[in-house]
Amino acid sequence: MTKDVALDHVTIRFGSHTAVDNALLTIQGGEFFSFLGPSGCGKTTLLRCISGFIEPTEGRVLIGGNDMRRVGPNKRPTALIFQNLALFPLMSVAENIAFPLEVRGVGRKERRRRADELLDLIALPGVGDKKVYELSGGQRQRVAIARALAVEPDILLLDEPLSALDLKLRHHMRTELRSIQKRVGLTFIYITHDQGEALTMSDRVAVMSAGVVQQIDVPEVIYDRPRTAFVASFVGETNAISGKVASQSGGDVVVDTPIGMLPGRASGGRSYAPGDIVTLFIRPEQLAVGEAANAPSISCTVVKEEFEGSVRNLFLEDKGIPLRLSRVNSGSEGAPLVPGQVVKASYNPEKAWALPATPEA
Amino acid sequence: MDRLKSVFDEFVSRHGIGVALFISLTVLVWVLVLIALPQVAMLDYSFRHNLSPQDIGGPQDVYTLSNYGFFLFRDGSGTNTLDMGVLGKTILASVLVTIIDVIVCYPIAFILAHSATGVAARLMILGLIVPFWVNEILRAFAFRVIFGATGLINGVGMSLGFWDVPIDFIRANVALYSGLTYTYILLMVFPIYNAVEALDRNQIEAAQDMGASWWRVHWRIVLPVAKPGIASGATMVFMLTAGALAAPQILGGPSNLWFTQLVYQWFSDAGNWQRGSAYAAILLVTCLGFVLLMMKVFKVNIGAIGR
Ligand SMILES: Nc1ncnc2c1ncn2[C@@H]1O[C@H](COP(=O)(O)OP(=O)(O)O)[C@@H](O)[C@H]1O
Ligand SMILES: [Mg+2]
Repeated sequence: MTKDVALDHVTIRFGSHTAVDNALLTIQGGEFFSFLGPSGCGKTTLLRCISGFIEPTEGRVLIGGNDMRRVGPNKRPTALIFQNLALFPLMSVAENIAFPLEVRGVGRKERRRRADELLDLIALPGVGDKKVYELSGGQRQRVAIARALAVEPDILLLDEPLSALDLKLRHHMRTELRSIQKRVGLTFIYITHDQGEALTMSDRVAVMSAGVVQQIDVPEVIYDRPRTAFVASFVGETNAISGKVASQSGGDVVVDTPIGMLPGRASGGRSYAPGDIVTLFIRPEQLAVGEAANAPSISCTVVKEEFEGSVRNLFLEDKGIPLRLSRVNSGSEGAPLVPGQVVKASYNPEKAWALPATPEA
Repeated sequence: MDRLKSVFDEFVSRHGIGVALFISLTVLVWVLVLIALPQVAMLDYSFRHNLSPQDIGGPQDVYTLSNYGFFLFRDGSGTNTLDMGVLGKTILASVLVTIIDVIVCYPIAFILAHSATGVAARLMILGLIVPFWVNEILRAFAFRVIFGATGLINGVGMSLGFWDVPIDFIRANVALYSGLTYTYILLMVFPIYNAVEALDRNQIEAAQDMGASWWRVHWRIVLPVAKPGIASGATMVFMLTAGALAAPQILGGPSNLWFTQLVYQWFSDAGNWQRGSAYAAILLVTCLGFVLLMMKVFKVNIGAIGR
């Protein structure tokens, strides 16, 4: 029923351009697995490789333990949902959904019955006779999923399927997709440049940059314990302060920065030598106004404060280094801060990460 | 009329009254003088007797159906099976040429739209356009040379030992069909290319991903998209083939008359322009009727052809 997908040192090149560089990972059967990365980092290429439209230049793709080399897209237990959905505009919704069955020679009556069943599954009963263009964006989205499910694949591959929808619908479809996945129990491999989507829906996330998989972890770990500077800055908001390592004891590091000696953690068991150039990453919500016991603090000047509904963003500055602090808008923060005012910002060093400034090879 | 006026008003507001008037006048002259008048004149001719110059305008100069009657019954001496047969054969042969063109051009258009890139694509397009640079008569004679008893094809075929007596491609009309097919290739490729080019490649890949074989991909995904283009190309090729004169004249077998040759004979050899006009009108109406019938059969609407 569910099958593992393993990428065994997969490299994909177009001419001299390396789109995917030595990807090595295993996606468990039944897992909701996301690839997260900026546009152009090779996500679509990797997905097309898993679905069989491109062969890896080096390495192997294994599905359920079987090497997929020279196995065409139509012979793999995968179904790909394209970035633009690729529904057939000249066919009705039911014909679209039943197309995979038509291919297998299933009779007309049975096809219609299955199509209606799948329409029920995606909560769109009764639209079978409509044309594709009569549906809304979100409905088309779900029809594309139903059509892919009609293939009865073991693995569903989704290429930024929500990117064309508006914000509200996108949030709604996140929950919807996740619940469809739970219901059908298939492996979902999901591609997105939207960290919100990746973090909310996935069991595990692989963060990619320029063809290189940077980190594979559960969403909490990706956010709380980034292992590379790219992951720290791409996923979520963060303050980046560069400096040199002053000392390290165990996982604790002290970084010598222009705004003082700041303690933090060395991610992933790295050990630094004094003088190594690193960047210290502190999330805005890890910074708090005022001093706290046993917490390091930075004294800085208020630049401005912005109101953003549930949070207030406080923009601070010290010796030309901007810092951003966000606090929940609970009404108990006290008097508003005025620009020019000098305040102390403290943070938890357990949640501040010292990472090598240049991406590691 | 209201639609016309609103088009005119929009034109005035966009380009000014001077340009608008000029364009309207040119279009009017074009439609009236170059399209409508000659056809109406020909139609008028076809209903008149073939009189000597001094009788024109005289008491004998009245409207008549005799020219059309001749096509059906000759001079009242039984049905004119000969001419009707020629018309039927012309239509059938034109259909055949059209079908061959569809079969040849659909793959070309598809490859041009979805696979060929750079130099290959430009060479293909050049290869399609060049036939139009060559004069029609020259082209026809070139085919005669290629397909003749001592021509290239017989020469190669016999020297390779495929056959030992020269095949008479002219008598078998192979030369004629090849010539006509080749002549109108561009007119078929272009509309199909236009239609197929708009097809999103992802749709083809999606169908393949769902297990569709290549013929099913074409039958269910590409062909429906290409259909208006095929209809448009087929209409043009059919009409032009049925109306061709030089190619049948030069490449046709001795026993094979094209209907246009009958029309030509009435105009030129018999000097009977009235009957020639009637025959031309018969050809036109038959072809139009046939095209409309085919559009009904294949469920294509006229709007799709104009695109
Ligand atoms: N068929 C191709 N030929 C050449 N370069 C390609 C091809 N497909 C993708 N690329 C390149 O590979 C890189 C990754 O593309 P893609 O996988 O589409 O990125 P993403 O989906 O993450 O936005 C891009 O730089 C793109 O230009
Ligand atoms: Mg992409």
